[in-house]
Amino acid sequence: MKKNWPLWEVFVRSKNGLEHRHFGSLHAADETMALENARDVYTRRSEGVSIWVVESKHITASNPQDNGELFEPAQDKVYRHPTFYKLPDELKHM
Amino acid sequence: MSNKEIKNLEEIFNQRIARDEKIEPKDWMPEKYRKTHIRQISQHAHSEIVGMLPEGNWITRAPSLRRKVALLAKVQDEGGHGLYLYSAAETLGISREEMYEQLHTGKAKYSSIFNYPAVTWADMGAIGWLVDGAAIINQVALTTTSFGPYARAMVRICKEESFHQRQGFEILLSLCKGSEEQKAMAQDSLNRWWWPSLMMFGPKDEESPNTEQSMKWKLKRKSNDELRQQFVNQTVPQAKILGISIPDPDLKWNEEKQSYDFGKIDWDEFWQVVKGHGPCNKERMTARVGAWNQGTWVRDAAVAYAEKQANKNLNKAV
Amino acid sequence: MRDNLIKYILGIADNSLILGQRLGELCGHGPNLETDIALTNISLDLLGQTRNYYQYIARLSGNNKTEDDIAFMRSEREYINVLLVEQPNDHFGYVIARQFYYDVFHYLLMQNLQNSSDETLAAIAKKGIKEVSYHLRFSSDWIKRLGDGTKESHQKIQEAIDDRWVYTNELFMKTEADELLINEGVGVNVLDFKEAYYQKVSQVLEEATLTVPDEKYYQKGGKEGIHSEHMGYILAELQYMQKSYPNLKW
Repeated sequence: MKKNWPLWEVFVRSKNGLEHRHFGSLHAADETMALENARDVYTRRSEGVSIWVVESKHITASNPQDNGELFEPAQDKVYRHPTFYKLPDELKHM
Repeated sequence: MSNKEIKNLEEIFNQRIARDEKIEPKDWMPEKYRKTHIRQISQHAHSEIVGMLPEGNWITRAPSLRRKVALLAKVQDEGGHGLYLYSAAETLGISREEMYEQLHTGKAKYSSIFNYPAVTWADMGAIGWLVDGAAIINQVALTTTSFGPYARAMVRICKEESFHQRQGFEILLSLCKGSEEQKAMAQDSLNRWWWPSLMMFGPKDEESPNTEQSMKWKLKRKSNDELRQQFVNQTVPQAKILGISIPDPDLKWNEEKQSYDFGKIDWDEFWQVVKGHGPCNKERMTARVGAWNQGTWVRDAAVAYAEKQANKNLNKAV
Repeated sequence: MRDNLIKYILGIADNSLILGQRLGELCGHGPNLETDIALTNISLDLLGQTRNYYQYIARLSGNNKTEDDIAFMRSEREYINVLLVEQPNDHFGYVIARQFYYDVFHYLLMQNLQNSSDETLAAIAKKGIKEVSYHLRFSSDWIKRLGDGTKESHQKIQEAIDDRWVYTNELFMKTEADELLINEGVGVNVLDFKEAYYQKVSQVLEEATLTVPDEKYYQKGGKEGIHSEHMGYILAELQYMQKSYPNLKW
């Protein structure tokens, strides 16, 4: 047969209140096994309270070659940041 | 792409690394960078999983329940570390199965230290203390390497490994505080593992051809000899705490260098083991290949089952 | 009373020890890394439970006994684990079949033991049931994958299911300590869930497209300390250090 277990990406929420974060990847034959494997591989030291797994092939990633057009235009929009606005020093906490 | 364009990209690439920017899998990278990383990361992964064998050999014979669970957890961690590293290498476009193939056919190397036999319980101590100690020195340096997935795997591994060396040292400490017989067992173990541990840092700098390029890519942050010296300096005082002696008559504190001078490493032995003629090379490969081959029907079954389930769900949806 | 309580706890704990030991043999030799790591987790859970039980027994025994005296210093006849858990790993199908047969039992046992009037045992069971639920999920899933996987895997797991079936009935044989402790409200009456056990087993096997064995001849002896020939080898490894170097600390 010679078919390998596909690759999955594992996201773990380390505690409630925090977002799921990418922890790593692993191989599994199906989604049930992917969840179980993620639990066994990535939460051995109580690292998590919730796990997401997604087969790697379902992730669409931006291409680093497009980074110029995708991300650089945001760089000169300084007015989106609070430091752009000059306010008197007496005004605290705004 | 023309040669000139490639040269240009390479120039930008090198500048990025020089600025301490990380390289991520989809970024453009020189073919040689990709190949070198696949080789080194997979070699590192192979070392982890072959490294499970000498210690795994003692799980069923551990002398107390506390030691048994600690050893079991440690060997399991090594499997986990192998897994993280294989995953890091996979981002470069090689599959885990291809890497296994390279290991099983002898095309890929792994750390030679695991070709030495673990023959007494004290060896569980010596492996944790010396072998993990040496590995940690290498690995800490790699947490800031240029390739993102490798660096991240290293951070995770270093965090988890901190208990490994302590576990080993504690085993030896118990022996050294125990009976004469136990102390002799500890000393014997140090005698056998000391020199192979020094060899773990690889050949002398002048015989290490890849060092310069690897330094540039931050795949190496210090030379083999520097790391080896760091290991000796840190380990000698630890041996004193244990009260066992390092089997090197030439070992001496050098006041001027503020570090230890040590004796000559038997490089013939090193190359013999690297080339496949160590005491356990054959056993290690037989065990790895055996586990993989005996697992084929299991892995195939899981794939077949997953496909059947997917079809069932599809039919339900229609 | 104390001796019977000890005997009762040993009857549970020895199963965990020997099964944990068997799984420990596999570490580094699994069909792939993920499965290897998962099996080791189960082994660690079982050995953790073993330690809790043995520490309790050590307290009950007094005389400065330790968990390790109980784990390592008995003769073969004094281990009272069931025959099922000492059966060898042979191939992965056998590992899963043994695990599955034991997990279904272990789960039901823990569920009931939570209500024990002995607080320590109830506490161990409350912690244990979470671990065992996961074991059962893991082994049931693998029964299904192997049963409904390929032709080869189907045949292999069926073979293992058939061969290990004969050891299931011993799980439900009550010992003298059982009887006494049930009356005290400490012990669990295993017969209460014998039917549930075989129902659950059959349900998973059927889902896995496997045939439920109908063999009516069973093996027994472990609970009386009369083991299979495998046991001597298990103990030879388990006790190797303690027997070679008596009375030392490690």
